[in-house]
Amino acid sequence: MNLVEYFAENYMYILEKTGEHIYLAGVAVLLACAFGIPVGFSITNNKRVSNIVIGIANIIQTIPSLALFAFAMSIFGIGADNAIFALFLYALLPIIKNTLIGIRNVNPAIREAARGMGMSKVQIMFKVEVPLAISVIMGGVRIATVTCIGIATIATLIGAGGLGQLIYQGIGMMDYEMIFAGAICSALLALLADFLLGIVERRLTSKGIVKEDIA
Amino acid sequence: MIRLENVIKSYDGNKNVVDGLNLEIRSGEFVVLVGESGCGKTTTMKMINRLIEPSSGNIYIDNDNIKNINKNSLRRNIGYVIQNVGLFPHLTIDKNIATVPLLCKKDKADIENRVRQLLELIELPYDEYAHRYPRELSGGQQQRVGVARALANDPDIILMDEPFSALDPITREQLQNELLGLQEELKKTIVFVTHDIDEAIKLGDKIAVMTEGKIIQYDAPEEILKNPVNKFVEAFVGKDRLWKTPDMLKAEDIMSKSMTKIGQNRSVAHAIELMKQHNTDVLVVVDKVSEKSGKILGIVGTNRFKGVGDNSIKMKDVMKSDFAKIPYDMCLVDVLNIRKENKIQFSPVVDIDDRLMGIITNASIINVLTKLVPEREDY
Repeated sequence: MNLVEYFAENYMYILEKTGEHIYLAGVAVLLACAFGIPVGFSITNNKRVSNIVIGIANIIQTIPSLALFAFAMSIFGIGADNAIFALFLYALLPIIKNTLIGIRNVNPAIREAARGMGMSKVQIMFKVEVPLAISVIMGGVRIATVTCIGIATIATLIGAGGLGQLIYQGIGMMDYEMIFAGAICSALLALLADFLLGIVERRLTSKGIVKEDIA
Repeated sequence: MIRLENVIKSYDGNKNVVDGLNLEIRSGEFVVLVGESGCGKTTTMKMINRLIEPSSGNIYIDNDNIKNINKNSLRRNIGYVIQNVGLFPHLTIDKNIATVPLLCKKDKADIENRVRQLLELIELPYDEYAHRYPRELSGGQQQRVGVARALANDPDIILMDEPFSALDPITREQLQNELLGLQEELKKTIVFVTHDIDEAIKLGDKIAVMTEGKIIQYDAPEEILKNPVNKFVEAFVGKDRLWKTPDMLKAEDIMSKSMTKIGQNRSVAHAIELMKQHNTDVLVVVDKVSEKSGKILGIVGTNRFKGVGDNSIKMKDVMKSDFAKIPYDMCLVDVLNIRKENKIQFSPVVDIDDRLMGIITNASIINVLTKLVPEREDY
């Protein structure tokens, strides 16, 4: 068994699967951001609604991923859309929750100062709340991305492709190189995505904000 | 000018946090709203920039009802400083100060000039501080920036909500002094909320003492100290307050009005008779005794009559005319100093037109001090 040889011979196939994987996880996270961040914003002022929304997202999170894929398959049938939908549901919780926490943690004194100086609600949101909460929100996006890249390996079971295909094919063929290629690539992909998003997070966060080191 | 007319605020419909409040603040006046927590002082202040809307009543700024002014443009034209500073941590100092001018979309170069000017005013050099973040500044510096930010759009009115209460005593005093200096220069209309009566007395041109949503006394600090309208104000201000701030005691508060006057043309014999009658050894010589407050010309004591046997000699001939006159508004400390320096015991107090108002003697000073020192139990 020679992993390097396997990579050398099959790099086109591995790249193709990696591309599919990125597509699945990427689209799911983008959709989850597009939906989750506004939702997170809109529920900050309403404790009851926010509890309900977070409750629902929590329940989704507790459903075993395989079961969720199976459930999604019964709605969308097989294929990438189905997998993206399931991944989207998984990505929602960390994104909504972190947005909520990020906005709620904005010091009320700062918000009051902004109001007292004559900023409109929209201005307060974009000039004050978002910049202050961005690192927490980005934290949620990073968790969602890493989770989705991990779970996306199962997507192959409902015919969506991705690096999971290498793993499951490898298991079926007792081909360890193939299994490792899939596993290593998905792990590296998760690390790389987290690293890149970390850079984005630091770029977006003002130097004036010190994020307390949470180990 | 700010005018509050019969303003009521109730959050729950039962209890009025602000209860039928009337208040008029003239332009350029530094007014302090003072009271215990929950007395409605902050609510009152926040109704002026519509952070809180009154349940009923009207508030006017320069005769415009603020109900008819767009909230945001109203607030952009009123400076606002809060207790917890509320600087934007993600923006540098210059951007923080420029917040309101930027909102008003003013010219970039003008804004930068204004920021430079303000940083100079609060004595934080532009080159050193403009591009720092708030967290890199000390608490006192941050609140200075807070004040500069409130001044950025050059508003006529500034609201300050316990701006110095979170600072240590030394920094607080420093900032209070700086604020007084700024106000001297800028002459803004300032509404300042505090629970600290010392701060109120130190800063305010006028103080409004509030309790249960009402203003119980609205007066100059001296008046509040000297003539509290009721027991509550007296207790709140503290009975021994005047004693702690002796510079609030003016000559006219210390002087005794019972003095013996004598006309300038009266004889020595007459003077001695008067002294006997009033049991005193000093007389004040005035131009006309009949008028209630004659112009003071000099003072005579018994030693001035030594060797004077001639009855034709008049008061104006023997009186001491180079004596220290005390203006009525001189404060206690200065009065004591003058008396000490000139070694005098008997100091006439005069008004602006040099007319005699009263007399300060050791006895009158002791009388005042006895009144000021808090009453004690039996020793």
